[in-house]
Amino acid sequence: MATPVVGQRLSRVDARRKVTGAATYSAEHRVEGLLYGVIVNGTVARGTVSRISVDAALGHPGVLHILTDFGSLRLAHPVDRIAFYGQPIAVVVAETLEAATHGASLVEATYEQQAAVTDLDAPGIPSQTPADEPDYSRGDPAGALASAQVKVDLELTSARENHNPIELPSTIARWQGGQLTLWDKTQWSQGAARTVAGALGIAVGDVRVHNEFVGGGFGSGIQTYDHVRLAAFAAREVGKPVKVVLTRRQFYYGAGFRPASRHRIALGSSTAGRVNALAYDVRIENARYQSYTDGLTDLPQFLYGVPNTRTAYRVTPVDVHSPCSMRGPGVVLGNFALETAMDQLAHELAVDPVELRLRNEPTQDEVNRIPFSTRKLRECYETGARRFGWSRRHAEPGSRTDGDLLIGMGMATASYHNNRRDCSARARMHADGTAEVFAASADMGPGTTTSVMQVAADALGLPASAVTFRLGDSSYPTAPLHAAATTMASVGSAAHTTCNALRAEFIRRAVADPNSPLHGANPADVRVRDGRLETSGARDSYRDILRRAGLPSLDITGNWGPGDADSKISTYGYGAVFAEVSVDPLLGLVRVRRIFAAYDVGRVISPKLAHSQAIGGMVGGIGMALLEGTVTDHRDGRIVNASLADYLVPVNADDPDLDAAFINTEDPQADPIGVKGLGEITIVGVAPAIGNAVFNATGKRLTDLPIRPEALL
Amino acid sequence: MPETFDEATTLKRRTFVAASTAVAGLPLLTSDRLPASASTPTPADQLSTVRLTVNGEQRTAQVDNRTSLLDLLREHLDLPGTKKGCDQGACGACTVLVDDRRVNSCLILAVMAQDANVTTIEGLARGRGEQLHPLQQAFIDHDGLQCGYCTPGQVMSGVACIAEGHTGSRAEIREWMSGNLCRCGAYTNIVSAIEQTAKEA
Ligand code: FES
Ligand code: FES
Repeated sequence: MATPVVGQRLSRVDARRKVTGAATYSAEHRVEGLLYGVIVNGTVARGTVSRISVDAALGHPGVLHILTDFGSLRLAHPVDRIAFYGQPIAVVVAETLEAATHGASLVEATYEQQAAVTDLDAPGIPSQTPADEPDYSRGDPAGALASAQVKVDLELTSARENHNPIELPSTIARWQGGQLTLWDKTQWSQGAARTVAGALGIAVGDVRVHNEFVGGGFGSGIQTYDHVRLAAFAAREVGKPVKVVLTRRQFYYGAGFRPASRHRIALGSSTAGRVNALAYDVRIENARYQSYTDGLTDLPQFLYGVPNTRTAYRVTPVDVHSPCSMRGPGVVLGNFALETAMDQLAHELAVDPVELRLRNEPTQDEVNRIPFSTRKLRECYETGARRFGWSRRHAEPGSRTDGDLLIGMGMATASYHNNRRDCSARARMHADGTAEVFAASADMGPGTTTSVMQVAADALGLPASAVTFRLGDSSYPTAPLHAAATTMASVGSAAHTTCNALRAEFIRRAVADPNSPLHGANPADVRVRDGRLETSGARDSYRDILRRAGLPSLDITGNWGPGDADSKISTYGYGAVFAEVSVDPLLGLVRVRRIFAAYDVGRVISPKLAHSQAIGGMVGGIGMALLEGTVTDHRDGRIVNASLADYLVPVNADDPDLDAAFINTEDPQADPIGVKGLGEITIVGVAPAIGNAVFNATGKRLTDLPIRPEALL
Repeated sequence: MPETFDEATTLKRRTFVAASTAVAGLPLLTSDRLPASASTPTPADQLSTVRLTVNGEQRTAQVDNRTSLLDLLREHLDLPGTKKGCDQGACGACTVLVDDRRVNSCLILAVMAQDANVTTIEGLARGRGEQLHPLQQAFIDHDGLQCGYCTPGQVMSGVACIAEGHTGSRAEIREWMSGNLCRCGAYTNIVSAIEQTAKEA
């Protein structure tokens, strides 16, 4: 049997194009007669535009058109009034980027301004219970908490965060007849096609979206924001292709964000460290025009199966644009609250934090009362602790130093639901014995193009070099959005299923063909490797079968979906994250010295790329723990630090060598390739592990993210 | 009126809620539906002719005086391998070599590059792009990239970092590569790629 392609440490198949500059991202497609569009943003948080003056801008050389009337274009927010600072009020279209940019600065608007509130902590702003997040309760949490022998009660906060992928949101829109082509930086080409079609009132079949390369997304490319719709609208209005690329400053208004959050969590435990009660209240900022909720309550309800548990989710609508999913949406912060509280409890009980978690390991999913598919969390703790060197931790906070620095170790559990969705794929065998697989997925960095190819190659019995996975085109078979750690399980399983069907079709044809050496063989006895179909005595090949049939290629389309598996089994990814920090007590400066995490994410298809994704998520977690926070000037709703110079993300020198290991396992009940999602879980647990390490270093329990030096002084 | 097309506005455990509302059809202003249009030609004194060498080739371009070197490469010379991540000198995605020094090409006007010798990511491999620069190969081998968007800037910056001799330790590499942001978080592998290439150079 040939070595399986799955599990091989391959380099990513598009790496060469990426390191030579040959990978073409959305804004870079060559389109004849292209004009440049620049959006003009409003400068009040609430009100209406009373007058908009375009004369100066129109007189600017190179400016061709200014659109201030968006007609019947549908946006995700109101268009008859200003609902948030930075809302688009005009689009300037010009021959050059310079002219459009300069022209946009000359558009002047006056507003009928209304009192706006952009601060979720402003007094007197009512909060709401979102329709999709009813209060949750099991057991008697109030009673259990009141009678608990040991109690922990913490309030925590986190700042708003912006995804800030390095590629800016970019769209080129071109109309040919009634057909619209978009080259768009989206994580979901088919969602973008549908949304733009709906926004413009055209048929979805008249829109095609290309997104072969996506320069990071982290959730910012899931929804189809104003600039995409406006690019398509402007191109139609002016009758020429239009390119719109947001500036970095505009990104902070033109895409969603991870909402600022406020948490209170209480744990009640026996002195033996059995957590018996949990109460969790959380609140986030919302827009007024759209409800947004995410997975904040998931892990507090689920992770330790505490018998008496209640959670309450609230949103506070203010005059801001809508938040959206950002890596580990909600889950990462609900887990921050939970894992910070667990660390505090371990401290008060004088129990090792890993041991406390082991004592509270549930035997089933207590939320849905169903069994786990696979839950190798104990192995994660064990492997993580051993490889990290957890046994060297001093239990007493502030008791370890290195020169003038305080040193601390902390850990946290990570988990994320294994999301799978229906997906289709087309597999095509060519006469030269190479194969292509198609699905309208995307690859914003995890390496989907590579890992799905690996799955397909094994199903077809071909080497990696003979198989190409094609994505990034909305005309390909239906795939779910490239987000929520859904892609490998969903697209991979669809590729697996479809390629199995194609292989079976070739076997069927061979055994039925009197001219095949395999004629009359039992299909079950036919093995395929390196493109050859073999029984013990005879051999045929994909190439020969196609040649004899006179076909240039043979296609099959197939589907895979999780069905109702989630009502029977609880399938989650798991991890244990360990961090070591140093704290300079004079400067309040926290430096991360090491992070090691062990994950159970089912079968690992592409180990080299999975490792990159794991340590990449840690970098996001370091940012969340120590650096990132969007600052709004609540006088007018303006974002103060809307740049990469002022909104701090981790740079190379902020990160130590990061490492991760995967527990060797698979989850065959979840999907036919046995995988569990990896993309989201890798940021979960990082911030609390760092915060808990800071506590271990200093004895200070810090509950506000990001942890800033002033909090340690 | 709710939008009827399904847009994911939230993604969480076991739910996939389509919830998006919009008030449609009410324009900001009741004006003529057609966009205001004009066409004033750019005056000659706002244009310049720039001659420079890019990747060993003489190039001449007529540019708007406001055009950055980055936009000259991307929008006029058909060299989009150099990336724009901020246009403000804060991310390093636009790093190129100008007369062998690494610079953020978004911070240089094209007219300032008159007679300069510019190397972009497209010009790094030898033999018509066939033979990768050792650092390009090391990025592939160490997986010093994910989405790939910061990668051209990282590679160009890394080439200069090695030439400058700032590769004495992993910590030194980190410090001297900190002008190049990678939001995917490939830093550990980027450092490994540069470290190995510097050792073998
Ligand atoms: S684009 Fe030049 S530094 Fe960011
Ligand atoms: S690889 Fe995506 S930003 Fe660096």
